[in-house]
Amino acid sequence: MTVEDLQEVAEQEQARQANFTHRIMFCAAAGCVSCGSVNIRDMLKKALQEKDLAQTVEVIGTGCMGLCGEGPLVKVLPEGTLYQRVDAPVAQRIVNEHLVQGTVVKDNVVDTSHPFFASQVKIVLENCGRIDAEKIEEYIAVDGYQALAKVVTEMQPGEVIEEIRKSGLRGRGGAGYPTGLKWGIVRKVPSDTKYVVCNADEGDPGAFMDRSVLEGDPHRILEGMAIAGYAVGAQQGYIYVRAEYPLAIERLRLAIKQAERLGLLGNRIFESQFNFRIDLRIGAGAFVCGEDTALIRSIEGRRGRPRPRPPYPSERGLWGMPTLLNNVETFANIAPIVRNGSGWFTGIGTPKSTGTKVFALAGKIQNTGLIEVPMGISLRRVVFDIGGGTPEGTEFKAAQTGGPSGGCIPAEHLDVPVDYESLNAVGSIMGSGGMIVMDSTSQMVDVAKYFMDFCKDESCGKCIPCRVGTVHIHGLLDKISKAQGTTDDLALLEELCVMVKETSLCGLGQSAPNPVLSTLRFFRHEYEELLKQPETFVPSGNGNDPTTH
Amino acid sequence: MPTTTTPKPHPSGDNRFKLLDRSITKHQSRGDALIEVLHAAQGIFGYLENDLLIYIARALKLPLSRVYGVATFYHFFTLKPKGKHTFVLCTGTACYVKGANGIQHAVEECCKVKFGQTTPDNKISLISARCVGSCGIAPVAVLDDKVAGRLTPVSAVERVQTWQQQPDEVSA
Repeated sequence: MTVEDLQEVAEQEQARQANFTHRIMFCAAAGCVSCGSVNIRDMLKKALQEKDLAQTVEVIGTGCMGLCGEGPLVKVLPEGTLYQRVDAPVAQRIVNEHLVQGTVVKDNVVDTSHPFFASQVKIVLENCGRIDAEKIEEYIAVDGYQALAKVVTEMQPGEVIEEIRKSGLRGRGGAGYPTGLKWGIVRKVPSDTKYVVCNADEGDPGAFMDRSVLEGDPHRILEGMAIAGYAVGAQQGYIYVRAEYPLAIERLRLAIKQAERLGLLGNRIFESQFNFRIDLRIGAGAFVCGEDTALIRSIEGRRGRPRPRPPYPSERGLWGMPTLLNNVETFANIAPIVRNGSGWFTGIGTPKSTGTKVFALAGKIQNTGLIEVPMGISLRRVVFDIGGGTPEGTEFKAAQTGGPSGGCIPAEHLDVPVDYESLNAVGSIMGSGGMIVMDSTSQMVDVAKYFMDFCKDESCGKCIPCRVGTVHIHGLLDKISKAQGTTDDLALLEELCVMVKETSLCGLGQSAPNPVLSTLRFFRHEYEELLKQPETFVPSGNGNDPTTH
Repeated sequence: MPTTTTPKPHPSGDNRFKLLDRSITKHQSRGDALIEVLHAAQGIFGYLENDLLIYIARALKLPLSRVYGVATFYHFFTLKPKGKHTFVLCTGTACYVKGANGIQHAVEECCKVKFGQTTPDNKISLISARCVGSCGIAPVAVLDDKVAGRLTPVSAVERVQTWQQQPDEVSA
């Protein structure tokens, strides 16, 4: 495969697509599939055949279109009309009315000028809902693998790293470490063997951004990893993906096979000296494996237990070799940065947090789904403009970001800009991108208890502060939530949280008390009410612990 | 090796081991492929029996303690057989906020066992999952590998009852 060959594949695919008068995209991501979008495909195909349109209209499955709460979603191109809650009769009407008569099916059409769509800036998700995730040709037709071609044929590894550094891209796994800096460290460590690892162990409950990218646009990750491999001098990459995501695993397997077939992975990529292979490693359900060193142990086939750092994986990682570890979303940003230049990327977001962030909006909110917003947008716009606010009759209480490592942001901080520093300042973190909205029916002590229950189960047991501390914090929260706590318990709770936070070995333990500390900071009165007036406590619908079994 | 016309059965008499051997050979009997091999074994046998762990330890030349340690560390591996049907309830944050615990209590009531257990007639296993990543349609459960969204306690119990009412299968 040469650069000219790549261009030819792109042109052939564009010509093929131009043969169709319409292209009907149905969302084939997990959310819509579970609402029956695959049946909708069959219905559409049958209806097209009846109208003798099967040759001129193409039906394809794409990645997540974003509005997961209103699935199954169907989009008709070239008009770009989006339909929600499509069932069999609606599918029939789309063919009869939209395609044959040229009138829109008004009952199910989605207003795409709504802020949910208009406020978004799509970089990572630009191809989700636009291309068939199972066809490499479609990815190539929308400039896919152009960035890899440019890097391998025109740029020196140092130049690639400089470009990423200038873009200001920061780790999208949550911690926000500058990506270019990390790449530079791995490049500098002298070693014949280096590895590139993609962390697709999306363990935060309530987060499904990485899953949607893997399912909707797997080649983007492969391309990003190959560019990283070229930049740091690695020849082998691994994607560590959760076993809970079977569709993502299937699509990644297929994507790797296709890329190898076209010579975009393997030996002598673009007829250069650069070789790069990618293998999959399937996780087995351990939250702690999202931590760098634990993930590396798991790839080596061992128990996923973290080890003290330094040495950092950049110096000594997989099998003792320098290893570059980045999150799915970080890799997804690489190809567009190389294609469009770092200057374009720094124009989006804030000076310190450039680019966009994908969030999975869920919980008590009107529009649940996947969104991508520029950094620095206010939380209020995310929750009320894009998310449409809480369901009618309830009031916004808090937004939870960062999952079990993050915190709750209350209504008085709704104007906080969404960037790494500002979220830290209000006691939460950017996290990997889960955003759960809670309304007045959510009891904050129970929420804190829910997260602590999660952390105590997921603690690997290696270090004592985390293993024992989380159990005791959970016990105290349980006592307080049952209105049996005293002021001493509350004081002990706070002390214990600080101790666990400061003395745990890895990120899991260090961040486990965050949900408790942040709810104590903003909703302390809820804790205190439970101490003072035990007889008035009425458990809400969520009042019980969901995981005691 | 002499070529035979009929495929030879596995020495153990259980041909499922042949499938497992194939997976082990694919990974060149490397110890670091342990998790992959355990995935394959659980896919073939349904769960990881003690004898199976010993078999894998020998094949990959690993101490049994390592194999057992890994198999018990990860939630995905199960050392007990599962029921005929599985009800995997998502207990992720979005499902929690939308009332997954109501479903939990209703289903436990209906099956008379707790989550993490299997009914005595081996028909239904109740399993809780951390997050299945379908938060947009919370609360979610995975019923026999099919994701079902926007569940209510009533609709969840209905699904379970259809399983309960199915006649016992005559073993083939």
